[in-house]
Amino acid sequence: MAVTDAAPIITTRFGLDDGHTLERYLATGGYEGLKAALAKSPTAVHEEVKAASLLGRGGAGFPAGVKWGFCPPGVWPRYLVVNGDESEPGTYKDRLLMERDPHQLIEGVLIACYAIGAAQAFLYVRGEMALAQERIAQALNDAYEAGYVGRNILGSDFSVDIVLHWGAGAYIVGEETALIESLEGNRGMPRLKPPYFPAAKGLYMQPTIVNNVETLSNLPWILSHGGTSFAELGAEASRGTRLFAVSGHVKNPGVYEVEFGVTTFRDLIYAPVYGGGIRDGNELKAFIPGGASAPWFYEEHLDLPLESGAVGAAGSMLGSGAVVVMDHTTDAVKAAWRVVRFFARESCGKCTPCREGTTWLERILRRIVDGHGRPEDIGLLLDVCDNISPGIDWPPKQTTICPLGPSAVSPIASAVVRFKDEFIAACGGTGEVPVPINGAAYTPAPDSSSEVTGV
Amino acid sequence: MARFSEANLKTATEILSRYPRPKSALIPLLHLAQEQDGYVTEEAMEHIAELIGITPAEVLGTCSFYEMFKREPVGTYLVNVCTNISCMLLGGEELLHHLEERLGIKAGGTTPDGMFTLEDVECIAACTEAPCLQVNYRYHYKVTPEQADALIDDLRAGRRAHEIPRHGTLARVRQHIPADRRAGNAVPGEAEEPVWITRAAASEGGAG
Amino acid sequence: MSDTQAPETVVLTINGKQVEATPGELVIDAAERTGTYIPRFCYHPRMEPVGMCRMCIVEIDTGRGPALQPSCMIPVAPDMVVDTESAVTKKAQEGVLEFLLINHPLDCPVCDKGGECPLQDQTMSHGPGESRLVEEKRHYAKPIPISDLVDLDRERCILCDRCTRFAKDVAGDALIHFIDRGNQTQVNTFPDHPFASYFSGNTVQICPVGALTASPYRFKARPWDLDQVESTCTSCSVGCRVVVQSSRNEVVRYLGVDVDPVNWGWLCDKGRFDFQAQNHEARLRAPLVRSGDDLVEASWGAALQQAVAALRDADPDRVAVLGGARLTNESAYAWAKLAKGVLGTDHVDAQLDDGLPAEVVLGLPKATIDQVCAPGGTVLLIGPDVKEELPVLFLRLRHAVTRDGVKVVELAPRRSSFSDLAAATLLHRPGTEGEVVRALLAGGGDQEVGGVPAEALAAAAALLDAGPVTVVLGRANLADSGAGVVAAAEAIHAAHPEVRFLSALRRANVHGALDMGLAPGLLPGRTTLEEAGQWFRDGGWATVPAQRGHDARGILEAAAAGKVDVLVLLGADPLADVPDRALATKALAGARTVIAVDQLPTASVRQADVVFPAAGYAEVDGTTTNLEGRVSTVARKVTAPGTARDDWMIAVDLARFLEADLGFSTLEEIWAEIEALAPSHAGLTLEVLHGYDARDGVVIPLAGPPAAAPDEVSSTEGAAPSGPAHEGESDSGVAEAAGEAAVAAEAADDAAAKGAAEVEATEAQAEATADAAEADGDPEPEAPAAPARPALLRHRPAGEVTAPAPDAYSLRLVATRKLYDLGTLVQHSPSLAGLVTENAVHLHPHDFDKLGIEPGASVTLTAAAGALQLPAVPDAGVPRGSAAVLVNQPGPAVGTLVTAGEAVTDVRVERA
Ligand SMILES: Cc1cc2nc3c(=O)[nH]c(=O)nc-3n(C[C@H](O)[C@H](O)[C@H](O)COP(=O)(O)O)c2cc1C
Ligand code: SF4
Ligand code: FES
Repeated sequence: MAVTDAAPIITTRFGLDDGHTLERYLATGGYEGLKAALAKSPTAVHEEVKAASLLGRGGAGFPAGVKWGFCPPGVWPRYLVVNGDESEPGTYKDRLLMERDPHQLIEGVLIACYAIGAAQAFLYVRGEMALAQERIAQALNDAYEAGYVGRNILGSDFSVDIVLHWGAGAYIVGEETALIESLEGNRGMPRLKPPYFPAAKGLYMQPTIVNNVETLSNLPWILSHGGTSFAELGAEASRGTRLFAVSGHVKNPGVYEVEFGVTTFRDLIYAPVYGGGIRDGNELKAFIPGGASAPWFYEEHLDLPLESGAVGAAGSMLGSGAVVVMDHTTDAVKAAWRVVRFFARESCGKCTPCREGTTWLERILRRIVDGHGRPEDIGLLLDVCDNISPGIDWPPKQTTICPLGPSAVSPIASAVVRFKDEFIAACGGTGEVPVPINGAAYTPAPDSSSEVTGV
Repeated sequence: MARFSEANLKTATEILSRYPRPKSALIPLLHLAQEQDGYVTEEAMEHIAELIGITPAEVLGTCSFYEMFKREPVGTYLVNVCTNISCMLLGGEELLHHLEERLGIKAGGTTPDGMFTLEDVECIAACTEAPCLQVNYRYHYKVTPEQADALIDDLRAGRRAHEIPRHGTLARVRQHIPADRRAGNAVPGEAEEPVWITRAAASEGGAG
Repeated sequence: MSDTQAPETVVLTINGKQVEATPGELVIDAAERTGTYIPRFCYHPRMEPVGMCRMCIVEIDTGRGPALQPSCMIPVAPDMVVDTESAVTKKAQEGVLEFLLINHPLDCPVCDKGGECPLQDQTMSHGPGESRLVEEKRHYAKPIPISDLVDLDRERCILCDRCTRFAKDVAGDALIHFIDRGNQTQVNTFPDHPFASYFSGNTVQICPVGALTASPYRFKARPWDLDQVESTCTSCSVGCRVVVQSSRNEVVRYLGVDVDPVNWGWLCDKGRFDFQAQNHEARLRAPLVRSGDDLVEASWGAALQQAVAALRDADPDRVAVLGGARLTNESAYAWAKLAKGVLGTDHVDAQLDDGLPAEVVLGLPKATIDQVCAPGGTVLLIGPDVKEELPVLFLRLRHAVTRDGVKVVELAPRRSSFSDLAAATLLHRPGTEGEVVRALLAGGGDQEVGGVPAEALAAAAALLDAGPVTVVLGRANLADSGAGVVAAAEAIHAAHPEVRFLSALRRANVHGALDMGLAPGLLPGRTTLEEAGQWFRDGGWATVPAQRGHDARGILEAAAAGKVDVLVLLGADPLADVPDRALATKALAGARTVIAVDQLPTASVRQADVVFPAAGYAEVDGTTTNLEGRVSTVARKVTAPGTARDDWMIAVDLARFLEADLGFSTLEEIWAEIEALAPSHAGLTLEVLHGYDARDGVVIPLAGPPAAAPDEVSSTEGAAPSGPAHEGESDSGVAEAAGEAAVAAEAADDAAAKGAAEVEATEAQAEATADAAEADGDPEPEAPAAPARPALLRHRPAGEVTAPAPDAYSLRLVATRKLYDLGTLVQHSPSLAGLVTENAVHLHPHDFDKLGIEPGASVTLTAAAGALQLPAVPDAGVPRGSAAVLVNQPGPAVGTLVTAGEAVTDVRVERA
């Protein structure tokens, strides 16, 4: 497959200096989607979104239309919570959408509220994003004044308040149930699902839809152009366009809106209009296809389409659309350590295996990176991984409440399985040190896979 | 100064009014306290506890969970250097070490003049602009050591004051909901089925 | 109804075995109930599960293949397949254990928990060998005191969220909390806000490791040299079930025992730690007799001789007995028989003019705690601050309000610890309870009553109409005569005969003492001299007083007037506990001979002429009766100091020296006589008492066989009385609702069989009283074999007294209690003694300007009886025109302001 000429859907105003203002937004088709929505019944709007088969862009990739259907009938009030906590390493798209086109997001929020019958929405923006907070605050103030938000929107009987809320620095709060805890003023500790599926028991134990910023930003277009035309783009389960942040060792790192499901990793990393290839003509060593939590991919995965099904089948995930490219100069052990340090620092501390385990893993890796590795450390690392995520499998099994703990396992398993020799060397061992591991889901180097033995 | 000033108490009241349950305003109020004093004081936490009707321990429990809330004074400028994977691959650590030497402090430390606090932080969502840093949560992209030095000089000389407020201030624009435009809080146990849903259901029922 | 309600069961498979469970039951509980114990640290059956520690994860297959799930959070489901033994489960659990241990100091040898530590046990059974962690462990400053009673060692903490959940969800004192995040998470308090909770000891008991330790117990003993027995706490009248643990014949610790109808495993810190008084070196170890100004040790023989010399030829009318609330039922009966059946005096009172008339306490339809807390009900709380006086009842009521939708309407002279939880708090002027309640029953009305605004009355009245109503009845204010409370009770009972009352009298076994006849006009078994005099004579009592004697106030007044030759103090300390301090002093001075039976040298004991050392709690066997009328056992664990004896033995000895024979010489014999003679205790044989589910105790009176079958229950339920429709809807509403309340309470009680007995009893009782109330004039005395419980007596003068209108210059005095006061037990318990409150007079802010005084300034309170000085504190929780103080706290004795018998106490408040 190749770079497609699909027209952009959600980045149309990124080029404009004043794309964030109400004037410019209105001048460029703003709030038409809302008008289209208000002309329909809430159910009809919901149908449009189902027809678009819009997958959630926050990481889990669950179809938005289907999720909306999970609110138990007759239970009021319902809430919409916008997840703008973007903090998955490598992920950079929601902030752009909030800074450059806040009204597009607000319009999406309104459409969603109208469809699901939410009488109040909370727009949770990551704490560290001051500009996004300012742009959204301004946009909301203008939209309220202009009658797009609040009581009797555009003279209709549709009324909803959108409350801007900031976080204060905690990655885990991106997890939807932790987000809700945080919004209730608590420590951002996830709730167990079930029973606490937000759609059933969310904010204040009321039905709550949590959607990602990018997911919602697609709604104005879907409503003004129709769900089917959205679904005409893309392939398989992955429809429309999607933002990917390509970072690391590429010539032109950037955030690109590409047609979902058909564009390939090779396009994204090598096409001149996107990544433009590995810097300084270096070789690709590995790349993370979907944020720090995702198992790594390699050369042989380049021609996979950016399609959740295909990527899942190949043993990883598209996650939050973060592609991190590592060239051959990259120290695999150190890269793994750095990602694990992130999870260790961000564990909420609720589950013993995550709280204690990720920290332990980080300290072992740190020791190895500092040159104090012991041959038995690899076995220890993997056994600790196994106690956090039994079987070191993909998708991960977990001894924890949420997937954060197990997420610390994928970089280690990826690096150990693929770059076994680097690890053995770093642990002061010889080539003979066997690497005990199950985790068949991970991709061994084409030549050395046989030496990888099960626990 | 530590409890909310008159002006901030008003702001606090407005913030509280936007939530169906007062405790939801806890994080915004802690931000307000940090904006007022540059960090979150014990007195502020006690005041917030009063306003919300919870114990100071509960306020501290939430406050201490989130990195951005500082319970000790920090520099006027909080310099956060990202060293997570994307930035690490493109010199994030080197940038951090450069600043450590330049400022004469280790990550986590504050310069004796109280000007700068340096932190080694996780991904700040600017991965394609690596290596990057934030000063009081304002971004600086693809920062070279030279640019870092220039930035420090500017900040010391107060040349960036207009674009970078002192630590504690995040958004300089606040949401304000005009009374006549307010839809009102959806309070559990009080809110009923929204009118537009009822109306649509009725007409659909009528139609089919 | 329990059979019709009987929930259908869910069948699931646990380790290949089919088991039945109730819908909603958690896998961890279903497994344990059916013989499979799943290890756990954070789960606690009395608190919401959080699924934090992950120790209980097991493989659960609900059709989508086996997945590791926390069994403490997953309810059973049909066809669920649970495997707690699979390799995956085991590996995961061992992994969790290792994670918990990598940062744990493993300092078991020096840890209080060593030997009874779930973490230690788990590690022994399937923990890792030596640690695979080569890095440094997490370090914190070693134990830090988080309150006067509890120390916290954060290195041992495994962050199970038990203590913090308890503090917030159960006690409502969220003073300890998780602080910081992830691997740095710790439990701590807010700086300078200690974990000052009346319930802090419970966190020590439920801590699954040695992170929380009780300073009174630290290093006192090791589990393996602990010896224990199950008993009932008598620090207050709630009667929490406890385990008493001793080491080397010294009580070292109490642990709460989880009984469904009462304390759910919780204890208050006073009950948990005041055993220290029992170990105090000041305990009386030998009899004392007066020689001049001193009390000198004497032999039992000599002391008994001296006592008997005074008693022998004393005119019965000049002999009086005060106290008895500290005694077991058996001892109380022995003393009642000695006083009324041998000495022939009826001047006997277990209360000290600080409670309510025995007829009110015993004569009203009684409610159990479960009935009061039954989901969906409404509780009218007329009485003391439950948290200060009956702490664990506070926990039960709090749970009822926060979890079971119970509404509480509080009638109080000042805001209480319950006010924040109450649906309505009516702050009234002292002595006006009767008027306010009559207004409530009339639906509110359009004017303020007793200082309560009309709107507030109307709102509260609406709440009362809404649901089944039960009443908690006690005495909040010691500066009034309590007549208002009595009037209120009479009004409610007259309007709604089926409404049940839970007595909120606080002192230890006061209810048992009243049951045993230690009150004027009464005989053992909740019956009167008139009704049962003959019956007791037939039952072997040498004599029975002809007519009703004095109550405590009358006794004290008579003594003060020199009309008492022998005053016996049964563990009573009038100088500390009688509200009218002057009267108490005069009485002790005026009585010719004072005989004291006590454990510690109280102020009153020091005034006595003969002192008998009594065995104390944990030193005697027997039974006690709580505020529900629940009889449960107390047990002996250690031997009394010196030659101290059981109170009943002292009665037996005195009788013997008087050439009389009480007719028993063992506890069993006493109990047999109680069961045979006391109408309310008919059927409560030792077999029943010690038999089925003894730890729950048995609520008297019994009706029918204790092991009634469920269907008998439903039939009784069906017969829930619906009283005469005085009030139209609301009345019958209340009536059938009362029935429902009973059902709910019954359902809540899994000891269905015995529950049946209880419910039947109270139902029967309600009916009896209802009938009685309907009959004009007094009810017929029934055959003593099955006497009816006495109906409320009419025309009690107290009932008629209405408080005089306050004059413009005075404030009306409100005197309430705190949990920690100058009481004997607290003051002889080193770790509690310091927790008393500095006294002050609290006034409504507006009254400050009116009186021209400054907040914080010292003011003089002047009443008819006397005057004293206290600092004045503004307090919006005190209604205008009232002045609120604390009794029995350091500083001037509030009792000097009170005049016994006065309806209310008015004070002038002036700048000192
Ligand atoms: C550890 C963790 C972190 C997450 N962080 C984010 C985030 O920063 N932003 C986001 O939108 N979703 C995040 N998610 C996914 C959310 O839980 C949730 O699935 C998503 O917000 C739903 O929105 P969507 O259906 O529109 O994608 C995270 C999930 C986990 C387990
Ligand atoms: S897995 Fe980690 S982050 Fe997720 S809930 Fe458990 S402790 Fe918190
Ligand atoms: S006991 Fe279930 S997770 Fe702790």
